[in-house]
Amino acid sequence: MSTQQRRKERLDRGIKIRAEGLYALMSWRELSYLTLPRLILIVGMLALPLIVPGMYWQRVVTIVCIYALLAVSFDFLAHYVGLVSLGGAFFVGAGGYLAAILNSSFGLPPLLTIPIATLAGAAICTMFLLPCLPLRGVYFAIVTLMYPLVLARIIEAMDVLGGTDGIMGVDSFTNPWVEQYVVIGCVLLFLFGVRRLVNMDIGLVFRAVKDNDQAVRASGMNISYYKAIAVFLSAAMGCLGGACLVHIYMWAGISLFALDFSILPIAATVIGGGGTLVGPVLGCLILVPISELLREFGTLRIVFYSLILVGFIVFRSEGLMVYGERKYHQFQRWVQV
Amino acid sequence: MSQEPILQARDISKHFGGIAALNRVSFHVNPGEVLGIIGPNGSGKTTLINCLTGFIRMSSGEVLFKGKKISNKPAHKIADMGLTRTFQIMRPYYSLPAYKNLVIPLFAPRARRTGGWRGGGKLGDRKTVSIDILEEIGFERDSFVPYKKASSLPTGYLKRLELARCLALKPEVILCDEVFSGLSMSEIASMVPLMERLQMDGITLVMIEHRLRELFQVANRIMVLNFGVKLTEGTPEEVMANKQVKDAYFGSEEVEEVMHYA
Repeated sequence: MSTQQRRKERLDRGIKIRAEGLYALMSWRELSYLTLPRLILIVGMLALPLIVPGMYWQRVVTIVCIYALLAVSFDFLAHYVGLVSLGGAFFVGAGGYLAAILNSSFGLPPLLTIPIATLAGAAICTMFLLPCLPLRGVYFAIVTLMYPLVLARIIEAMDVLGGTDGIMGVDSFTNPWVEQYVVIGCVLLFLFGVRRLVNMDIGLVFRAVKDNDQAVRASGMNISYYKAIAVFLSAAMGCLGGACLVHIYMWAGISLFALDFSILPIAATVIGGGGTLVGPVLGCLILVPISELLREFGTLRIVFYSLILVGFIVFRSEGLMVYGERKYHQFQRWVQV
Repeated sequence: MSQEPILQARDISKHFGGIAALNRVSFHVNPGEVLGIIGPNGSGKTTLINCLTGFIRMSSGEVLFKGKKISNKPAHKIADMGLTRTFQIMRPYYSLPAYKNLVIPLFAPRARRTGGWRGGGKLGDRKTVSIDILEEIGFERDSFVPYKKASSLPTGYLKRLELARCLALKPEVILCDEVFSGLSMSEIASMVPLMERLQMDGITLVMIEHRLRELFQVANRIMVLNFGVKLTEGTPEEVMANKQVKDAYFGSEEVEEVMHYA
């Protein structure tokens, strides 16, 4: 009997027809099958500030959202445009300093500085990155990593923009609830916006640039132009995060260029599953609170943190969302061979 | 043929370091004709196409397309003018389904100008148009094939997809880099009428081929390259009677095959 072999059979659910993203929905049950996961995410995110205990954890939720913005921005650039960007810190720094200057020197309220810093910061970041857009892979990554390091040193050495003290006395949001729901709203907006974008015609062009940029050139399209659009969008998400961060801490300093903002979104993308866009948000929801919980271990914190990361990479290397999606979309059963 | 040539190349040279991949190659293509380019491996055929379409910069020489100088312009500008190419090693967008592969060229500025289609216009959105083009080029409309990911398509379909990507731009000239290579005899047999129909639709074709028998069915004129130098040019019969060409291909099976045919 032990020679009998069994094999796992995987079947797609019947509502998927022909291709990815084409569904035939025949009942409320099938409709809810598709909408429920999205609703859980939206309602869950909105309810998060209400269910966590105390001010401290509410602040953590806000930080999670800022990292989530960066993670979505990284995932979009890396998996849909093919540009691996370590520029999270650059984007946060640019957006953060802009918002701080606009607020402290020109006296604009946060609800004006944030959108202005987002757009202007994204434009500045795109201009800085324009010369290296023809680069691919690790070369682009290195250049994007260089900018935050260089800018932090310049601010430190030249003693401009407040030098090492930073810009202090930046206005905060009118109350903590506004602060939290602004960032949560932004995360949801960009998450679903980017998801829609990558399935639109221009999103297909982005994905084509990743798959085969030479073929895109052969179709008479300027790949640098499309890469610039994508970088602008991605930088806008990062700058938005940075601008919010400055108003939350009421301070802008060179720690805005800290490499955490570049590295943690990548770790979150690895854990959540690259290319899913939701995955990185999920990754942030796991990683940032874990890092807070581990604070009581003092210096050993980073050891436990790395162990958890390694565990995820070894046992779920594809990422939580990729794994979850597969389980959700397919029936599985054992069949005799 | 008294018309102005649609594509004219004068003294194209390309050096990779000390190696001359192309040495003062000149030729012209008349509107509506099929020019075949043949030559042994490493004779510079693909380099020639890369130079013409701006994918690599040529060391010296001049290319005129419809009387305008296009030498060393960026690749996307040349394609935008209507001089398109296929790749010898197929370059589909592997992660996208076949029909979405065509949305990309349909999104290009040239396709928007020439095709008259915009998303949701009277010709339907880009995905509908792309299925139409795929059907024209030999994908069965009602099967699953156009909806399959490009990574799971066999070579024959990928070669057609390369052509379809050019057709979506409504090109005036297509430079085909070995569309017959790697295909089975029956697949080639179905590709030949396709090429003939493209010619009847008024598209000028430049075909690089190793499958001489099929090429000679389609081509009006043949140019022979060897070691980056143009050996000769003429009708298929003239070219095959040429002593130099025989020497270049000496011992090659294809020449014998063709001699039977001619």
